[in-house]
Amino acid sequence: MGLLFSFFAVVALIVIVFIGVNGANLHYLFGVIIPYAAFLTFIVGIIYRVLQWGKIPVPFRIPTTAGQEKSFPWIKTNNIDNPSSGLGVIIRMALEVLLFRSLFRNTRVELRDGPKLSYGSSKWLWLGGLAFHYTFLFVVIRHLRLFFEPVPGVIKIVESLDGFFQVGAPVVYITDLIFLGAVTFLFLRRVIIPQVRYISLAADYFPLFLIGGIGTTGVLMRYFLKTDVVGIKELTMGWVTLHPVVPQGINIIFYIHLFLVCSLLAYFPMSKLMHMAGVFLSPTRNLANTNRAEMHVNPWNYPVKVHTYYEYEDDFREKMKAAGLPVEKE
Amino acid sequence: MANPKPEELAKINYQALKKGWTETPTVLQKGIFCYANKPKSLEAVSMPNPRQWSASDEDWKLPDNWQEIFIEGLRERVNKYRSFRLFLDICVRCGACADKCHYYIGSGDPKNMPVLRAELLRSIYRKYCTTSGKIMGKIAGARDLTVDVLKEIWYYAYQCSECRRCSVFCPYGIDTAEITILARELLNLLGLNIEWIAGPVANCWRTGNHLGLQPHTIKDTFEMFIEDIEKYTGIKVAPTFNRKGAEILFVIPSGSMFADPGTYTAMGELLLFHELGLDYTWSTFASEGGDFGFFTSNEMAKRLHNKIYEEAKRLKVKWIIGGECGHMWRVWHQYHNTWFGPIDFLEEPVSPITGTKFEHSKSNKTVHICEFTADLIKNGKLNLDKSRNDNLIVTYHDSCNTSRGMGFLEEPRYIINSVCNNFYEMPPQTIREQTFCCGSGSGLNASENMELRLRGGLPRANAVRHVHQKYGVNMLACICAIDRAVLPPLMDYWVPGVGVTGVHEMVGNALICKGEKKRTTNLRGDPLPGMEGE
Repeated sequence: MGLLFSFFAVVALIVIVFIGVNGANLHYLFGVIIPYAAFLTFIVGIIYRVLQWGKIPVPFRIPTTAGQEKSFPWIKTNNIDNPSSGLGVIIRMALEVLLFRSLFRNTRVELRDGPKLSYGSSKWLWLGGLAFHYTFLFVVIRHLRLFFEPVPGVIKIVESLDGFFQVGAPVVYITDLIFLGAVTFLFLRRVIIPQVRYISLAADYFPLFLIGGIGTTGVLMRYFLKTDVVGIKELTMGWVTLHPVVPQGINIIFYIHLFLVCSLLAYFPMSKLMHMAGVFLSPTRNLANTNRAEMHVNPWNYPVKVHTYYEYEDDFREKMKAAGLPVEKE
Repeated sequence: MANPKPEELAKINYQALKKGWTETPTVLQKGIFCYANKPKSLEAVSMPNPRQWSASDEDWKLPDNWQEIFIEGLRERVNKYRSFRLFLDICVRCGACADKCHYYIGSGDPKNMPVLRAELLRSIYRKYCTTSGKIMGKIAGARDLTVDVLKEIWYYAYQCSECRRCSVFCPYGIDTAEITILARELLNLLGLNIEWIAGPVANCWRTGNHLGLQPHTIKDTFEMFIEDIEKYTGIKVAPTFNRKGAEILFVIPSGSMFADPGTYTAMGELLLFHELGLDYTWSTFASEGGDFGFFTSNEMAKRLHNKIYEEAKRLKVKWIIGGECGHMWRVWHQYHNTWFGPIDFLEEPVSPITGTKFEHSKSNKTVHICEFTADLIKNGKLNLDKSRNDNLIVTYHDSCNTSRGMGFLEEPRYIINSVCNNFYEMPPQTIREQTFCCGSGSGLNASENMELRLRGGLPRANAVRHVHQKYGVNMLACICAIDRAVLPPLMDYWVPGVGVTGVHEMVGNALICKGEKKRTTNLRGDPLPGMEGE
């Protein structure tokens, strides 16, 4: 149900922009107002969510320790998976965020007759995830050329790296291919692996369809349907310079692409996509395991009702005396 | 109810149902859930809604405004724990955690996949705490909190042992233990605990330990240990209790005072400390290192463990050694300092035998007995005869809590390798930070849920079976009282022929004491290798 709903939701978005632009001529709405609104929602929304998380206390120091803790000098400490210093935490977080270290550990259980359980290495999700996120990043960086005049050298370098294998004109970007492949992979595993299908919600399919739609329209625009690149740049530079103009004659495929991007931006802060920011705040990863060496303060720590020794002794005094145990009050 | 045969139980179907999980109603299965808490257990510690109830009853006798209590409790906690809020918000349901859970591996029940266990609560969070859930409802993954949903949350919150294995594999470090801990806390607002947890909590409140051992009973128990130790070694140990002015307070899980094979570990510890001439005391009040309050609520955990430092302060000891126990060390290591700190009435721990400063515990002043002993061995302070353990072919089970809540991996191994000659590791995916739960952790070591325990213990047992067949392993060492209680039946079921031992039992056996008689038996009274005829 989640799958169909999400699919048709994205189809509906495409229909809306088609009618809006081609039917009702709402170029300014779809070319200027919605992009501004979506961008603002994205930025404000993310900041809001992060501040919201940030103001919630971290009452306990609960790192998941995935290696030997620091104890004696003669025992080798695992400084990355069980950091005892700020530097260790930074390295752990960097490996987590940049290389998806935890996902790299992934195994797949197999049960054979016997019974015999085995745990094979399973790196596909890690590879697919990494491919998806990095190619997405490259594509976003390439798009920055639309917002600068002249285009900074860095972006040109990224483009030239990306288009290393020139198959024809226009240059085929490797990232485009990997990106679409990775999105397809992430979608297919969701549908094909029974366990993953079982846990999947509309909130999982929707962003995949949306991102898939963005990728597809992008590729169509670049390689198959001719679009007015000069006009588009005029539009995007208008946004940045806060003097928005809507050039005539931009192909509808661009507006579809743009509207899907806007939908993604606006949807982002209220969705699971916030894992992008949330991963940095995860208390099982970003805290050092210094629990017994340093005191961690819980801001809402409060006194609790306890059963004191004296109450205990009152309860058992005679028995304690009979057993020869020392007591406070004879 | 008889348990199915191992070959029956091992037929596990991992193919999840065709329909989505929200459309799959949960039926509570006997053998999986534990008995409901008794009213007197809740009354003893003033927990809400004490009444006679049963999980198999239709009516759980909830308070009239139970939804309000649960939802308000949820709202309060998502604003008190960043971990909880974040973990409810950012899961992408990638499924990496799914087959990391021993209960899922052993049962094939898709709602035992950690992601889904969390999703049970997450759907309620969406409905009542997020705007999109309020507006979009089901399409945003939200659902109403009905009685059936509540029962489902209860059923699965008590099928998670808070072992944190999933958290090692999660790309965002989402820790299902954190979800389960808080889910149980919410359930306890409605009086929905299990007796196997609530009973020990009530005992612990009054007597200081889960088993309800009263002061004179503890003394009597030790008299038996003293007799046995003398019989087997010729050494008469002389432990003291509640003694003021001792240098060290020693606290162990009460399970080690009560049932085999834990008792042999306690005997090993008694013998070791006696041999060292350590100035230490036991306490009949701080007679429990473990904390079943931790399986109830944060507040209850803190209420029960106040006694450790209170007693240390009253007895004017300098620092504390803690015995072999898993969740005890999760609590001591990750929570004590925050609850009770600053611990400025104790001194930074220094071993009186070696002079080693335990720098890493300088703030909370508690040292794990394996740290203490490893340091002794490293400094050559113990006279050990490894060959006394030659009848044992040993493997080591990392307790979930000490490995993933502490990173306590090498010290026990160092000790084991110093006291026995035959040690073999289980496969790497089943030990250290990837260790599998015994299947009965976090208060799930009751008897009525034996099927759950056997299923959850399958991955652990299966790894033992591997080394049993490959190297002839016949002894499973561990540093956890629940392990020592639950692994023997688990081994008997899945891997007959493998026993269970604490690490300090093996230390006690290998330890050559001054003035001991010729040792012919180990601390269990069984003949030492080569002494079978004597």
